Amino acid sequence: MKNSLRTPYDGIVMAAPVTIPYARYSIESAQWWIGRALSALVAKAGIKASDIDGLCVSSFTMGTDSGIGLTQHFGLCVRWLDTIPLGGASAIAAVRKAARAVQSRDADIVACVAGDTNHVDSFRLTLENFSRFNQDAVYPYGAGGANASFALIARNYMRTYGVTREDVGGIAVAQRANALRNPHALMKTPLTIEQYLAARSISDPIHLFDCVMPCAGAEAFLVMRDETAASLGLPAARLLSTIERHNAFADDPMQVRGGWAMDIGELYAMAGVRPDDLDVVQTYDDYPVITMMQFEDLGFCNKGEGAAFVRQHDLTIGGDFPHNTSGGQLSAGQAGAAGAYLGLVEGLRQVLGEAGPTQVKDAKLGLASGFGMINYDRGLASGAAIFAGPAR
Amino acid sequence: MLQRCEACGAFAYPAREACPACLSAGLTFVDAPRRGALLAETTARVPSDVYFRERAPWRIGLVRMDCGPTMVAHLHADCIEGAPVLMSFQLDKSGQAVAFARPERETPNMADDRQWREMTADPKFRRVLVTNGRSLIGQEAAAALKAAGAKTVFVGVSEPWRPFAGEQLLRGQAGIEIVTLDAADEKSATDLAADIGGKVDILVNTTEYVRPGGLLDRRGTGIARDEIDQAYLGFINLAQAFGPAMRMRGADGINSSAAWVNILSVYALANWPAFGAYSASQAASLSLSHCLRAELRPGGVKVMNLFTGPVDTEWFQTVPPPKVAPRAVAQAIVSGLRGGLEEVYVGDVAEEIRQRLAANPKALERELDR
Repeated sequence: MKNSLRTPYDGIVMAAPVTIPYARYSIESAQWWIGRALSALVAKAGIKASDIDGLCVSSFTMGTDSGIGLTQHFGLCVRWLDTIPLGGASAIAAVRKAARAVQSRDADIVACVAGDTNHVDSFRLTLENFSRFNQDAVYPYGAGGANASFALIARNYMRTYGVTREDVGGIAVAQRANALRNPHALMKTPLTIEQYLAARSISDPIHLFDCVMPCAGAEAFLVMRDETAASLGLPAARLLSTIERHNAFADDPMQVRGGWAMDIGELYAMAGVRPDDLDVVQTYDDYPVITMMQFEDLGFCNKGEGAAFVRQHDLTIGGDFPHNTSGGQLSAGQAGAAGAYLGLVEGLRQVLGEAGPTQVKDAKLGLASGFGMINYDRGLASGAAIFAGPAR
Repeated sequence: MLQRCEACGAFAYPAREACPACLSAGLTFVDAPRRGALLAETTARVPSDVYFRERAPWRIGLVRMDCGPTMVAHLHADCIEGAPVLMSFQLDKSGQAVAFARPERETPNMADDRQWREMTADPKFRRVLVTNGRSLIGQEAAAALKAAGAKTVFVGVSEPWRPFAGEQLLRGQAGIEIVTLDAADEKSATDLAADIGGKVDILVNTTEYVRPGGLLDRRGTGIARDEIDQAYLGFINLAQAFGPAMRMRGADGINSSAAWVNILSVYALANWPAFGAYSASQAASLSLSHCLRAELRPGGVKVMNLFTGPVDTEWFQTVPPPKVAPRAVAQAIVSGLRGGLEEVYVGDVAEEIRQRLAANPKALERELDR
């Protein structure tokens, strides 16, 4: 294991993970959802809104607002502010920035929040206006939306490593089993591998149960120093290490690995743990094949062994590799940028022992990863964080 | 055309402001090698975009160009994963240039591919109206379009009971139908549209009215008025009579209405004083064609302008060669439609004017005064 030269996150913690239950469609604005999350954060932490002196926001549907507009909207007076437009990597990026802010005492309590609404047509509009390369070189091909783009990546990955739909389906099926224990998950009926395989094709080889359901929702948590948490009497999870990488492996003709693979040594070295030590893992599951890629790139198995890894492990809450315990985006829903937070917030609940019906027994050490921004032909952003509950 | 870095030679796609290999800002569009390999394909069955949703399943792929970049591309049905493809940019129904991948080698009935036809205006299987069958260009166009597989070619002739040269090329020919049309007459255009307007998939506006002279050697506005009546107002009559139905039928199955073709003098772009008033009538028609293009675009119907130098006909008798054979114009109409183009230059004169105009417009203006 290599040594990390980075400044450790000494005494930096995350607390008060909150989820505003998702809705398939909402007539409310993104600001409403973010407001509910801030309100829940304050209530859960037992603080006043004026105690929040740092704010970090991610959303696709805030219209012309950014973080600065939200300070006035919500009556917050902060001395540290960030708006992170990194899609599925937003939560990891948020915690990295917030951690350094409180570590350097630029702020004491940073609220990290992501929320999006889902009007009947807002998903399509987000797709249409996603990025310049996307508008120029993807949208005119009918790909509009990630499905076709990820279909190309999935097809190439599956062919290259001999992965079958059944292999990939194991991930979706396990997550659905987890979701049935999460009262807030949008998907409420069991999913068998037969149903998964029989689903209609969306964009070959992506079929219906490979796709997330866009919805409205919000997720949030607080970042602070451990003495702050102690003074508030807040249970908190220590941040052990993080990685973040953008536009990795640009010379790979097609994406078969994400940026995690560049930084994985750093991730475990900084945390001082090994992949085997983790009690619960929350990957970014916009498509199950991307989760399979993460099992490899995050060091749980070698490249090309993801399918075997899925076959050999039980990914459910009670299994030997508890994974995406809330059901993940595939079964809980993808609430825009809040989808980036879903895994980290659920992971925090797990190591804090407050996950309730989805609680993994004795979960102390967790990992959450993020992935996002398919600007053109591949996801550009990747990140991961390892954190430990008070029991470890 | 792809961007190429002037500093390091790397190709870049999608288009950008700095070279991803060396950050130079010197990126220019050049003709890039067309060959690539299809890395992966997918068939989108439930696209979110309404246009593609209606046309699903739709096949796209990711192509690694031999010259470097990877490109998302529409796929010809005969493209095979892992195999070489040839890339081109085609104008889609919205007028946007999009990458299209074809197999490297010719395959049977290659041009009949459903996705390819969506990008082009191939006359094959379609019904065409050629507006002036009294002209040589009109007669050659009718024959060429028929030979290209058009289902029916309607040929407009004013007062068709009056005999005209070349009549035998049209009358009694299978698939060619003479209809009464005088484009300069609003009622004539409206009457014909009431009859066949819903059956015209491609309209080829071959209306021509060529008279020599500019301003000072003519007396009064009589000839100029005729030029405007025939070329410009005739265009308006045709557009108002046939345009609305064509725009509505732009998505009418695989043999939908597809294109409007104008034959314009290349002197629409730069006045040729020897035929100065004629040049002006052509410039007016060119400007109007851009308006028509914008108005037909919502229906996915293309407007193709074909620019030609003096044609080898009686009204250009006094002009020395090179002149354009009417047959060459007819062939350019067909190949332009097959390629789905918006602009075509026919013959050496037209091509020369295009280049000189791009190089130095003031010099061209002066040099045309000879």
